[in-house]
Amino acid sequence: MKNSIKIKQAFSVDRTTFQDIFFIPILAISLAISLGLLLLLLTGESYQTALTALIALFVGSFGSVSALSETLTAATPLIFAALGIAIGFRAGLFNIGAEGQIIVGGLAAVIIGFSVELPLMLHLTLMLSVGAAFGAGYAFISGWLKAFTGAHEVITTIMLNLIAFRLLDFFLRLPFIQKEGRNDPISKSVLDTAELPRLLVLIDPNLRIHAGFLLAILAVILVYWIIFHTTIGFEFRMVGTNLNAAKYAGVNSSLTIVLAMSAAGLCAGLAGASQISGVLGRATSGFSAGIGFDAIAVALLGRAHPIGVLFSGILFGALVAGGREMQVSAGVSLDLITVIQALIIIFVAAPILVKSIFPWFFGKK
Amino acid sequence: MKIELKEISKSFGPVAANTKINLSVSSGEVLGLLGENGAGKTTLMNILTGLYQPDSGQILIRDQERKFYNPRDAIKNGIGMVHQHFMLVPVFSVSENVILGNEPITNVNRINKKEAREEVLKISSKYNLDVDPDELVERLPVGVQQRVEIIKILFREAELLIFDEPTAVLTPQEVLDFFRIVSNLKKSGKAIIFITHKLHEVIQICDRINVLRRGEMVGEANPKKTSNSELAELMVGRSVNLKTKRPKINRGKVLLETKNLQVMSNKKEMGLSNINLKLHENEILGIAGVQGNGQTEFIEALTGLRKISSGEISYFDKRYTNLSPRKIHKMGIKHIPEDRQKQGLINEFSIIENVVLNTYYEDAFSNNISLNWNSAKSEAARVMKQFDVRASSETIPANNLSGGNQQKLVIGREMSRKINLLIASQPTRGVDVGSIEYIHSQIISARNAGIGILLNSTELEEIIALSDRIIVFFEGKIVAELSSNTDPQIIGMAMAGVVN
Ligand SMILES: Nc1ncnc2c1ncn2[C@@H]1O[C@H](COP(=O)(O)OP(=O)(O)OP(=O)(O)O)[C@@H](O)[C@H]1O
Ligand SMILES: [Mg+2]
Repeated sequence: MKNSIKIKQAFSVDRTTFQDIFFIPILAISLAISLGLLLLLLTGESYQTALTALIALFVGSFGSVSALSETLTAATPLIFAALGIAIGFRAGLFNIGAEGQIIVGGLAAVIIGFSVELPLMLHLTLMLSVGAAFGAGYAFISGWLKAFTGAHEVITTIMLNLIAFRLLDFFLRLPFIQKEGRNDPISKSVLDTAELPRLLVLIDPNLRIHAGFLLAILAVILVYWIIFHTTIGFEFRMVGTNLNAAKYAGVNSSLTIVLAMSAAGLCAGLAGASQISGVLGRATSGFSAGIGFDAIAVALLGRAHPIGVLFSGILFGALVAGGREMQVSAGVSLDLITVIQALIIIFVAAPILVKSIFPWFFGKK
Repeated sequence: MKIELKEISKSFGPVAANTKINLSVSSGEVLGLLGENGAGKTTLMNILTGLYQPDSGQILIRDQERKFYNPRDAIKNGIGMVHQHFMLVPVFSVSENVILGNEPITNVNRINKKEAREEVLKISSKYNLDVDPDELVERLPVGVQQRVEIIKILFREAELLIFDEPTAVLTPQEVLDFFRIVSNLKKSGKAIIFITHKLHEVIQICDRINVLRRGEMVGEANPKKTSNSELAELMVGRSVNLKTKRPKINRGKVLLETKNLQVMSNKKEMGLSNINLKLHENEILGIAGVQGNGQTEFIEALTGLRKISSGEISYFDKRYTNLSPRKIHKMGIKHIPEDRQKQGLINEFSIIENVVLNTYYEDAFSNNISLNWNSAKSEAARVMKQFDVRASSETIPANNLSGGNQQKLVIGREMSRKINLLIASQPTRGVDVGSIEYIHSQIISARNAGIGILLNSTELEEIIALSDRIIVFFEGKIVAELSSNTDPQIIGMAMAGVVN
């Protein structure tokens, strides 16, 4: 009880209320899952299957140590990228380009991973920093275009995503990068010193959760601090909330936009690098796997609040892990998970809807 | 028709905004509602129009109890409000704005634009509300936009019209037009509630006056028998000095000088041509003029918010032309912007954040990287105490403050830091008489302490009361420079461009 009061106080810093980033996501997800299952019944599946699917969703995400490990592994890159998108939201920027930034950051990271020989800690640090830097640089382009030519970031990030997809295919076929003896676009594998260590090797070396998750939590704290406790974060929020007032207050809005966009790209670049280093070990042509797009939903669900992002990132990770189990044990297509994710976004975009479905959770106005 | 409020109470957390308020108004009557900033006027009217629900109390219409859960319920019962911040869609035409949400439909389910247009014309001729139904709202001056708001609620067949500080943003001529509209409405049997901080206005057009203080109804006054000072005392609960004292003082050296300043307006025309002026230490220089004659552009140029096309500005004998707003602010030039909602404050931010809005980077509040919210919080508490900003706590967002308290927050912020030159635009807009007295005395004592003040106000009375010297803007030029004891009529003529 005491604890929850403390948490509430922490949120009051920016008046994103506890209920906004705690109850609404939970309720939105419950609603979405219920509707998803209803849809399943409507397609003619039996109650039995729906029930199995529901149970599998939970068992596969939180039901065992290995399920939890899968959930958090899937959550890690989502949290990184969504933090970046949240920073963008705070500064009034809609960064659709996390996917492209993940690709560019991941590609740069994989090159460092297989081509440089260094001791473990140094190698990891270098690889992650280079990945972050390349993600930032790629997003910088959109930030710069927005600040100095007025080009809308939604358009430019979409274009840069397309460019990133093609660039990836091109690079993966370069002899320097392509795995020896392969014709398909696939990179060499990173060296052992470039792999983020797994966290639960003592319990079972097959548990995939890796140190990237700890870095993601660190990033959550750091981004929280930046947004709410630093001058630059204050400037982000000023520019994002009232541009006129920000200019009046002497904020250099162009610079702020460029910085916010680059910071967003940095986070996405880290998502790519940690995914390569912690899970994949190499880059393939589809390695970004839509993480950058799912991260938009995660950031929305988390109300652009770092703690909300952590929380909803884990929920989305759970959907991924649970979805796999659902597919295996209930034979239900993974598409259902996509439908549920889409429903979640609808409910999040319409918090009033959620509030009117569950009025008793929320005080009267 | 008679509308009554009975024992209405409403609290926001610990703040009792309305406590057991009784009030009534009937057709053909203009009721004036007075009260200090934060007294609860807007809250009470928001209850009457269904925006808020009261904690207790009743709304009676023709002696029948009614409950309003949203503004639609209120408008169905004939109650409409013109808010202080207009709620129009700038890129829609007048008639589109009027019908929005209530569109007449043709038999093939299309919006009947022709009927809408005719309806607008009918209403505007019936009540003498002169407006072109096809013009885009963004092209209209404020006074005409207000007429559109009035037509909008008349179109919804309002019997009671509520005006929340309608005259605060109007030019003197527009105020006269507005009064004419009010008396037309009254003649055709509408009931009207009129909120203002200008005491002579209620005396001029109201049939009855009610006064609120700290959420309670403290008295009634008869406009035919009362006086400004009696009303002021009723509002504030003490006698208020309505006349500002301005002791003589010798002006110091030149602080700010502009030479042949030229600036473009938003329409890419020459907004200002050849502005030459000098402002001294220990001097208040008043800018008189009808709004829209280049004052805004001039102040934006001085504060770095607008590019200067030619000419120069010097400050303490140093040239500064096209410096950034941050650099100008650092030199001790503080700016109270004319629009607190769009520029001076960030509505969603807390009072604390707003208090350090343009000083957060200073040593007092940050170490260049991280912010020290504790010292910002004590600064907020200090400003609130010194400038009597009334709020339940420093952590509430600015848009939960009453209009006048928002204004006091901006003034307090700008006047309590290191300052050499103060550029004040409409400093007392929406502020109650008691606070005007305090703000004026602060401006005078700043001037006595050696600060130079450029005062831009559409209130001629305020200009005359405070200024040591007056310049008049007309069509982007300074057309007259006058001493402060000039006959107001002559100043008024100069404001209309007539100079001899
Ligand atoms: N949404 C809200 N949340 C919290 N407090 C509020 C809210 N709206 C108003 N208040 C508080 O209620 C009190 C009354 O405010 P109100 O806006 O009714 O004053 P007012 O009489 O219209 O003042 P002004 O003349 O300055 O416009 C103030 O103390 C204000 O801070
Ligand atoms: Mg008000």
